[in-house]
Amino acid sequence: MKNTPPETTPFFARDREWHPPAFTPGYKTSVLRSPQRALISLEGTKSEITGPVFGHNIIGEFDNDLIVNYAKPGEMALGERIIVYGRVIDERGVGVPGALVEFWQANAGGRYRHKKETYLAPLDPNFGGFGRTITDENGGYAFKTIKPGPYPWPNGVNDWRPAHIHFSVFGHGFAQRLITQMYFEGDPMIWICPIVKTIPDENAIKGLIAALDMQNTIPHDMRAYKFDIVLRGRRSTFFENRKEGN
Amino acid sequence: MVQPLTYFKESASQTAGPYVHIGCTPNFSGITGVYDTDLGSGSMVNDQTRGERITIRGFIYDGAMTPLKDAMIEIWQADADGYYNSPSETRGKADPNFFGWARQPGDMATGEFAFETIKPGKVPFRDGRLMAPHVTFWVVARGINLGLNTRMYFSDEEEANAADPILSRIEHRVRVPTLIGKREGNTVTFNIYLQGENETIFFDI
Repeated sequence: MKNTPPETTPFFARDREWHPPAFTPGYKTSVLRSPQRALISLEGTKSEITGPVFGHNIIGEFDNDLIVNYAKPGEMALGERIIVYGRVIDERGVGVPGALVEFWQANAGGRYRHKKETYLAPLDPNFGGFGRTITDENGGYAFKTIKPGPYPWPNGVNDWRPAHIHFSVFGHGFAQRLITQMYFEGDPMIWICPIVKTIPDENAIKGLIAALDMQNTIPHDMRAYKFDIVLRGRRSTFFENRKEGN
Repeated sequence: MVQPLTYFKESASQTAGPYVHIGCTPNFSGITGVYDTDLGSGSMVNDQTRGERITIRGFIYDGAMTPLKDAMIEIWQADADGYYNSPSETRGKADPNFFGWARQPGDMATGEFAFETIKPGKVPFRDGRLMAPHVTFWVVARGINLGLNTRMYFSDEEEANAADPILSRIEHRVRVPTLIGKREGNTVTFNIYLQGENETIFFDI
């Protein structure tokens, strides 16, 4: 990043066949929250190509360790100890350095620390359920946590969410802003989840499933899951845009 | 056979869900002691910030005209001179006392959001024409599968709005007011309608 001038070209068009559509009646809440009219296309102007940059100074020492960041001194969160790591890259495969990555999740029993959460599974007094980090010069990131549990939710009579971690990611332009969820390899709950099933393309779903990585597992301590996040790519600067209307 | 194009696909979006505030504004959701402050919270201006102080307020309404109480709203805007505080801003240096980005949850009881900011300057379109002052909005919530992008323009900028290259290309003129924040004094009201007769214009940016 140090020696590379910032890129100023527009982003690749978003593939809206790949993302979930707004209206997905199997996920009931989307019914009244989905715009019904066509989006108006707006190829990136300065307002979309630019974006905020967050300095490493906002990150606290334990922000990337959910096992201890809410725990009482000397204590730890309960659950299967895991490392989640990966790279934030763009559609060209280029690492995205300096990207702010925020994450939040339920505890090992599938319970969120939230006032409106009513699931009977207990809170873990040592688990807050959120953290954040900023990617390194190659786009790499890592954090420690416990594997979240699956939980029931009010949609269908018997709908359950698979174990998952929510991710919020900033790239280099506001048009890259993305929120998504990470799932875990081998979880049979993935394929019956109404929220997962809002995604029409099976390969797009597979792209959200983190792989168990025994090579990066720390023996006798914690297993590792690899989760790469892909943000929109941006055009090369071969030729300038022809001026509109000319 | 041809040479392969080696592009990756963008990670598919998933809803921010009902608990986005745990992750993005934990202090707001009552979980204190981990982050000193919630990122993007509080006023966007300090004593040194250049520009006219305004407060942007509004609600986000669903298709049953019920305000969302679990949304997260982010805004991104230029400084008073029309420069973005971003490395991709190549025209000049933005006001160092204006970050240009903020995030707010809606009020827990009512859903109303509020941003204390400044009125942005004009930013050029790709061909050099000036766009009218505007603020970029990004809205996520439970039930929204992919974050929604829109813009807020200002009702006290009639002339600039009429010349704006984005507003002027909108075919259905009757929808243009959905992008205009109504200014009264220093308050600009901008309600976002997800559905219905007044459905806000959302952009594929």
